[in-house]
Amino acid sequence: MDKSGEAYWKATLGLLTKILAVWFLVSFGAGILFADMLNGIHLGGYPLGFWFAHQGSMYIFVALIFIYAKKMGEIDRKFDVHEE
Amino acid sequence: MDLQTTIYLVVGASFALYIGIALWARAGSTSEFYVAGGGVGPRVNGMATAADWMSAASFISMAGLISNMGYGGGLFLMGWTGGYVLLALLLAPYLRKFGKFTVPQFIGDRFYSKSASTVAVVCLLTASLTYVIGQMTGVGVAFSRFLGVSSETGIYVGMGIVFVYAVLGGMKGITYTQVAQYVVLIFAYTVPAIFISLHLTGNPIPQLGLGSNLVGQDISLLQKLDTIVVELGFGEYTTTTAGSTLNMFVYTLSLMIGTAGLPHVIMRFFTVPTVAAARSSAGWALVFIAILYTTAPAVAGMAKYNLLSTVNTAVATNGDLYAPESSLEVSKQPDWMARWAKTGLLKFEDKNGDGRIQYYNDKTKSEEAKAKAEAAGWKGNELTVNPDIIVLANPEIALLPNWVIALVAAGGLAAALSTAAGLLLAISSAISHDLVKGVFNPNISEKGELMAGKIAMAVSIFVAGYLGLNPPGFAAGTVALAFGIAASSLFPAIMMGIFSKKMNKEGAIAGMLAGLLITLFYVFAHKGIFFIKGTEFLDLIGGPNPFFGITPEAFGAVGALFNFIVAFVVDKFTKEPPEHIQHLVESVRTPRGSKAVDGAH
Repeated sequence: MDKSGEAYWKATLGLLTKILAVWFLVSFGAGILFADMLNGIHLGGYPLGFWFAHQGSMYIFVALIFIYAKKMGEIDRKFDVHEE
Repeated sequence: MDLQTTIYLVVGASFALYIGIALWARAGSTSEFYVAGGGVGPRVNGMATAADWMSAASFISMAGLISNMGYGGGLFLMGWTGGYVLLALLLAPYLRKFGKFTVPQFIGDRFYSKSASTVAVVCLLTASLTYVIGQMTGVGVAFSRFLGVSSETGIYVGMGIVFVYAVLGGMKGITYTQVAQYVVLIFAYTVPAIFISLHLTGNPIPQLGLGSNLVGQDISLLQKLDTIVVELGFGEYTTTTAGSTLNMFVYTLSLMIGTAGLPHVIMRFFTVPTVAAARSSAGWALVFIAILYTTAPAVAGMAKYNLLSTVNTAVATNGDLYAPESSLEVSKQPDWMARWAKTGLLKFEDKNGDGRIQYYNDKTKSEEAKAKAEAAGWKGNELTVNPDIIVLANPEIALLPNWVIALVAAGGLAAALSTAAGLLLAISSAISHDLVKGVFNPNISEKGELMAGKIAMAVSIFVAGYLGLNPPGFAAGTVALAFGIAASSLFPAIMMGIFSKKMNKEGAIAGMLAGLLITLFYVFAHKGIFFIKGTEFLDLIGGPNPFFGITPEAFGAVGALFNFIVAFVVDKFTKEPPEHIQHLVESVRTPRGSKAVDGAH
């Protein structure tokens, strides 16, 4: 793979890492591992940890995919590998 | 108009719609049959994916499971949606760039081996066939409960409908009927939820209602629910986990990886025109899925509250739950209880002979609840409720009009039929494209392959129907197996094919087999070899859940880990993949040059 190809793949992996970090934090982190701790805080009538497990993580997943799609489009254009 | 007629009209109209679409969207080429011609827009594909994905289990059973499990049920919600993030980031766009018809074809080409693709076909067939049994029985169940016909008749009718649009239209017919089915099922799911939320909390949006105060009370719905269930000896609703925290963690991860690795879902992303469209389409799919999935926990919590306040009148009045007059008198039970009791989904037994229904946890560990129940003269829990009722009887519990009940019937059928069709397409294309064209008769003409595809589809429908009519006695446990196989064999193989240039065929094949076998071993140890009763071998592995307390349903992620480790170890000791394969991986990684999906081997 040439130089620019390598840089493109590195940029892609960087973006994937960031998005997956958030994906992990909201579901496995806030929704499971730290749920008990977060339940002390309330969001309306929802204990926060419960909210992440039953609602919040799903909203954030949706946002994550669209952010990924948008940022990937930018990376594609930057390295001139986008589709016509 | 009476209820039965209304249901027949609504369900009949939905079927007429599906058949109308089938006649309009007939497939004339293999490209139309396998990938709907490759020109489906990201939103339309997202909607079809949502219907493809949301099965009878999502529609009928999930809310009920969450209702029983409380907080721990969140593993289904996070697991079955979080998988789409993995799918969007790690698989879908790259497989779309690869640009071929099927998942085994990618594995076969990338690992330059017919054996690799055949192993993938075996994994795909096992996962999809076990999954489709559940859909067929779901069709039968929905028919028998709502239309008053036998479940056999229901399965025959369901087979007939799927036959018309799947055989005639292939992926093209399935795509557009799935869009219609999504619309039907999402209305069916959200309309009762909105009414119930409005009634209980005054907020018409169920997602907000669950976090609101009860109408006329100064306490939030969830807090009230927690107090009542704890007093009745159950675990607290908002904190009870599914097994240990570790088990819940691994279970969630297994469902996510399994979701991303299910071939019938991955295939849907071959129908969009570009790589960029594949990325955004995954987002749209999750939007449409999340509309149902964020409503489900609200339905679960509210239905639980409704059920408790129906059975125990002190719930609404804040009185003493254990007072004799609080429990519902049998003679005063609402119509829906009597009606569902006939189906056996709701069972009542007056153990202490007081003519009232006591509903509590008689196996509670709470000394307080135990003492109260004893003092009140309760002789055991008297009401058992099948989780499926939570969604099916919801409109009746909330006293909604007949057309809403009819809508729920049509919605349950739409959910089961759309998923069955997607699975059948995955099965038939693996047979006609990967086996017939890929292995047995590579020189088959396009016309011949299209015919082979249609025949494979017809045969698959009959096999699925047969299995639905004669469920092998293990149907309930098999959906977990489908996820386990997808997670432990297919997902890691595809991912390594994209993210590791150096992964070779020896590593990939060894990994897939290792992941598949260890998962089967662990599941069979608990549930019997091929689910045959009496062949469990738990003693051999040291009792139930020997691997850090992980349940067999949650084991897929462990199988996937095993797959990765074996693959990398074998890869170290065998020779590198040839140069052209490394170039193939490079080209899969960049969107430029994407072309319409085709089937050339």
